[in-house]
Amino acid sequence: MPAGWEYAPAPESRDIVTLEERYGLFIGGELVDPRSGEYFPTLNPGTEEQLAEVAQAGPQDVDAAVGAARGAYDNGWSSISPAERAKYLFRIARILQERSREFAVLESMNGGKPIRESRDVDLPLAAAHFFYYAGWADKLEYAFPNRRPRSIGVAGQIIPWNFPLLMLAWKIAPALAAGNTVVLKPAETTPLTALLFADVVRQAELPPGVVNIITGDGRAGAELVKHEGVDKIAFTGSTEVGKAIQRELAGTGKKLTLELGGKAANIVFDDAALDQAVEGIVNGIYFNQGHVCCAGSRLLVQESIYEPLIAKLKRRLTTLRLGDPLDKNTDIGAINSKQQLDKITELVAAGEEEGAEIYQPPCRLPEKGYWFAPTVFTNVAQSYRIAQEEIFGPVLSVLTFRTPDEAVEKANNTAYGLSAGVWTEKGSRILSMAQKLQAGVIWANTFNRFDPTSPFGGFKESGFGREGGLHGLEPYLDLGESEVRGG
Amino acid sequence: MSRLPVRKTYKLFIGGDFPRSESGRTYEAQGQNVARGSRKDARDAVRAARSGFGKWAGMTAYNRGQVLYRIAEMMEARTAEFAELCSGRAEVEESIDRWVWYAGWADKYAQVIGSSNPVAAPYFNFTFPEPTGVVAIVAPDEPSLGGLVSRIAPVIVGGNAAVVLASETAPLAAIELSEALATADLPGGVVNILTGYRSEMAPWLAGHMDVNAIDLGGADGDAPELERLAADNVKRVVRGRIGEQSPYEIAAFLELKTVWHPIGV
Repeated sequence: MPAGWEYAPAPESRDIVTLEERYGLFIGGELVDPRSGEYFPTLNPGTEEQLAEVAQAGPQDVDAAVGAARGAYDNGWSSISPAERAKYLFRIARILQERSREFAVLESMNGGKPIRESRDVDLPLAAAHFFYYAGWADKLEYAFPNRRPRSIGVAGQIIPWNFPLLMLAWKIAPALAAGNTVVLKPAETTPLTALLFADVVRQAELPPGVVNIITGDGRAGAELVKHEGVDKIAFTGSTEVGKAIQRELAGTGKKLTLELGGKAANIVFDDAALDQAVEGIVNGIYFNQGHVCCAGSRLLVQESIYEPLIAKLKRRLTTLRLGDPLDKNTDIGAINSKQQLDKITELVAAGEEEGAEIYQPPCRLPEKGYWFAPTVFTNVAQSYRIAQEEIFGPVLSVLTFRTPDEAVEKANNTAYGLSAGVWTEKGSRILSMAQKLQAGVIWANTFNRFDPTSPFGGFKESGFGREGGLHGLEPYLDLGESEVRGG
Repeated sequence: MSRLPVRKTYKLFIGGDFPRSESGRTYEAQGQNVARGSRKDARDAVRAARSGFGKWAGMTAYNRGQVLYRIAEMMEARTAEFAELCSGRAEVEESIDRWVWYAGWADKYAQVIGSSNPVAAPYFNFTFPEPTGVVAIVAPDEPSLGGLVSRIAPVIVGGNAAVVLASETAPLAAIELSEALATADLPGGVVNILTGYRSEMAPWLAGHMDVNAIDLGGADGDAPELERLAADNVKRVVRGRIGEQSPYEIAAFLELKTVWHPIGV
């Protein structure tokens, strides 16, 4: 396929999104001015234009949000009939479906991800998550044999910038289904869909204070973590911050779940369907610009197919379209922030310096905004930083192996354990690899699939606790007789 | 003239062997000189646990269940000895029955804890539990036997290997237990039992980078510090309840793995 095909621009209209100039904090059912008096700009990373100003929650604001959540919990939400609770969640799911285009466009504007992904992945999954957990709200006693599960109280939830609304759904849906109230802090760079979600909460007529949304940088998150009125913390983000949170909560008895970093191996055996594998490799690492904690960032290729596979992969890379996130033909959107772009740039430079061979397809980067071309490193040793550290960008490191045992050893040679991929036509080998790979999610002949019914979460330093499925309820419930963290 | 009895040397249990503490130290507990383990002993025990883990986790669930049942058999034969070292016969019998109860879970918990997941796309998707790996257990001082068994059984039935800090004040039942474990077909290193001062060993286990989870069921004032240390490698921190037996105690030491595969022809 020739490089440089011209496509006519096909941008999605921004008209459907109405932005305020400035947003307050969503506390007790209303957007209120921050007591801190501080605001900061939120950008479109594809253009660097300012979209709005949002509030920086200070200690008093966090306290007010936790107070509102506690009040809502004590004054009704915890005692409302579970079937009614379910109906609120069903309403939220329906409203998200109804307003999905508006959310998708805003998600792409504020986060930089291609509209094709926000429209076809983030939004449908976010709605489905609420719909799934809605049905659990009045069936909890069926989920945990020999237990009478009870809600915990106020959940403090801190989410990342890579799937802003979807991570909100992953956090809020099970928490509310279990009967808790929440204070959620979206990431510093992607607050807008969370603030738009406040309007969904209003439309669903949820009692005030059941959902509170506070914006700000890491300081606001730190305040939330240490607030005494919070009974449970759920965090998705870096392993470094996750460890700091675990230390902070030591001895408090608060429940904790952590969904942290990853450095997933995507393993291709010589009998794999190569063209499908190439699609899986591309989806594994270039989906959402590689801003994915479970991204297949280490490609392990069996030596005998190394050359044909890499040739196919490089050719496929030349057909990826990078550019306007709102263009419906875009495959690779903008890097989420200047800070993240700097981190990717630094690690890629380290890869070149350590001796890896870099490949980038011919690719024109827009002049404004934050961009990084899809990148493949070959000749990578396991000790290189690009094989060890989470890059969180569109950068693939390729390693090789000869035997299945060697593939397992290399795949598991990391402190992380979030996900892994296996490509082979041999069923028994898939199951053997699935058993031996130390990761919470194994994708066999596929990659980066998500579903509300499917538990997601890590082994080792990728965190503990599961989100999704029946197992995703446990972190938000007190099962009664045992006090278990990390189960 | 009456016969002079042969006394026992009270030693550690590491990797299936009974070494003295590498430190050459003992302390007096329950009227006996007992090995006073060091942080080096604790590290050796973690290494033994890691090497025992693979074989144990790789055994069939049916086999693991039979080994746990055999532990009960080995204890039953020593009921009188155990009774003298803990609060008495009732505690011993309860401990034996606890092994039997957990033995029966070995090939059942995966069906209770796992799931098949009806995803909204053509994929076969299922979730099953796997052992976390090496688990450090801080056992309570009392009950010295019951507390120990209540915490070890759910950890190893799931396929994990354990490094256990025995009761500091009453360690003799733990040593007796290690002798029962050594004759129960349990692979070496699956359970390692250390006696000595908790303050000298627990922090090293809590901060050890090759320990995957820690059970603080027997910790008290030191629990917050141990939890802080545990964060260094994102250990699973469990506050196991001493008197409780339940599949949720097993689940606390399991990782859930979800596998996706396309459906097609």
